[in-house]
Amino acid sequence: MSSSTGGAYDTSEAPEIFLTLYVMGSTPNSRKAVENTKKICEKISGCELEVVDLLEYPKRAKEDQIIAIPTLVKRLPEPQMRILGAMSDRGKVQNALGLGVEDG
Amino acid sequence: MRKAFSGIEGLDEITNGGLPYARPTLICGGPGCGKSTLAMEFLIKGAKEIGEPGVLFSFEESEDDIIKDFLSLHPDLPGLIEKGLIYIEYVDMRLEGHTQVGPFTLDALFLRIDSALNAVKGRRIVFDTIEALLWSFPDKAFLRNEIQRLFTRLKEREVTTIITGEAGEHALTRWGIEEYVTDCVISIDHRIVEQASTRRLRIVKYRGSAHGTNEYPFLISEKGVSVIPITSSGLDYSISSDRVSSGLPDLDTMLKGKSGYYKGSSVLISGMAGCGKSSVAAAFATSVCASGDHCLYFSFEESPSQIIRNMGSIGIDLQHWVDRDLLTIKAERPTMNGLEHKLFMMISMVDEIRPSAVVIDPITNLINIGSGLEVKSMLTRFIDILKTRHITILMTHLNGGSEDLMETQVGISSIMDTWIALFKSRTVVAHTRLIEIIKARGMNHCEETRRFVLTDRGIFIDEIEDAAHE
Repeated sequence: MSSSTGGAYDTSEAPEIFLTLYVMGSTPNSRKAVENTKKICEKISGCELEVVDLLEYPKRAKEDQIIAIPTLVKRLPEPQMRILGAMSDRGKVQNALGLGVEDG
Repeated sequence: MRKAFSGIEGLDEITNGGLPYARPTLICGGPGCGKSTLAMEFLIKGAKEIGEPGVLFSFEESEDDIIKDFLSLHPDLPGLIEKGLIYIEYVDMRLEGHTQVGPFTLDALFLRIDSALNAVKGRRIVFDTIEALLWSFPDKAFLRNEIQRLFTRLKEREVTTIITGEAGEHALTRWGIEEYVTDCVISIDHRIVEQASTRRLRIVKYRGSAHGTNEYPFLISEKGVSVIPITSSGLDYSISSDRVSSGLPDLDTMLKGKSGYYKGSSVLISGMAGCGKSSVAAAFATSVCASGDHCLYFSFEESPSQIIRNMGSIGIDLQHWVDRDLLTIKAERPTMNGLEHKLFMMISMVDEIRPSAVVIDPITNLINIGSGLEVKSMLTRFIDILKTRHITILMTHLNGGSEDLMETQVGISSIMDTWIALFKSRTVVAHTRLIEIIKARGMNHCEETRRFVLTDRGIFIDEIEDAAHE
């Protein structure tokens, strides 16, 4: 997996699966969400994860219509969907995303 | 307690100074009753009149749609946004809340609120309607905690807040948002009463403050939002001992002191058709104008040219004063819009023209657009508003043929300071008009019935004994 932070993603190099995780600072919920989401993404080929810390990029909250922290947005493949929470149950997150998981 | 000027006409009066400062106020009501309009008025008036920037968080409509919606009512909204006095942000809730895996908070929303308030140095904020959160996050305990956290932050920032809520069937609001607001709750509704559309506003609670408990009519018009607050009780107005001539020297004589009505008082002229009510009204209007003051004449029966012509025939030249811009004759038929709207338009005209006297001729025509009780309530408020502005009001009342001369159809006589009855004698062969002062508060008045004579040189009143000698 690859991981990026901050600026809006560029569709010209669109990966198969693109997730954006919005967190704020290093609160326990935010830290857990980053940790859990990274683990999920690692197991899916072609999955790119963008982590946006809204304390660093506050404008993204308005631009991307985020109200809850943490929020995970599946941008690709369409349709977009959102999951809220610390992503503590990885199985549930994967099911919700509708993404298969490779062995591991 | 400290209060925040709402800027909504009338609301500051019934709340004794405004909304609770740095606290949330809930405005609830059914669809289309004017919640959003009232909330927007709070922001716009704050920005325009006291220079307090305001922020609107809309959970239902985009920024562009809101600007479009309010453009007719507030054409200066785009300008205020440009000047950084108003800031609007749309919160799109359509994607929220479907899947929740583990704990979360609404800190991203709070961050947006902070950024918005920082951007314009906001002193007031509106959430329209924050209930959208309740649909998305059914966990009530969670939401209670988050909303309380939000209100605490806004309180610390000293931001005065309005949230709106949809009226519920069995509770004040559909989603129980009133549970979260303990300081001030205002309920509004919109109903059709006798074919007239009426909005009403009521203060359900206001912790730590006295407030009016009635339902107050509330209007949205091209001039903005206004609550018509005043009932006859609980109003302070200073009473004048100055007099204004009735325009009829003989009538002034009957009102002892030879100088007419008290300034800022209310005068009722009642009588059947053809008794000369309008002529007493017109004589008063010319007397006001002759002293250099402005008179606003509402005619609900005749057009201005008809009144001017008819009065000319008894030696009263109204045209002279119309030409000099001292007399404004506003002829209007009571119409579809309803009494509240009529009252509002009349008050608007008074505000615009700032007359020192107002004539309504006749009030009886208002009965076509409201029940007797509603007309009385409207006229009571109108009189009170004029009294606070020290404006003298004269109203005529047409008595029906079969009616008791001593009772007016709208039951208004009890609240009038002076009541003069005109009638015709039935015992004399020729029609004789008569005049009697039924009451005149605060003055010694003539108790006799006198003869009331209309001639092409003017109006004369003489004693009946004299008349008998002719």
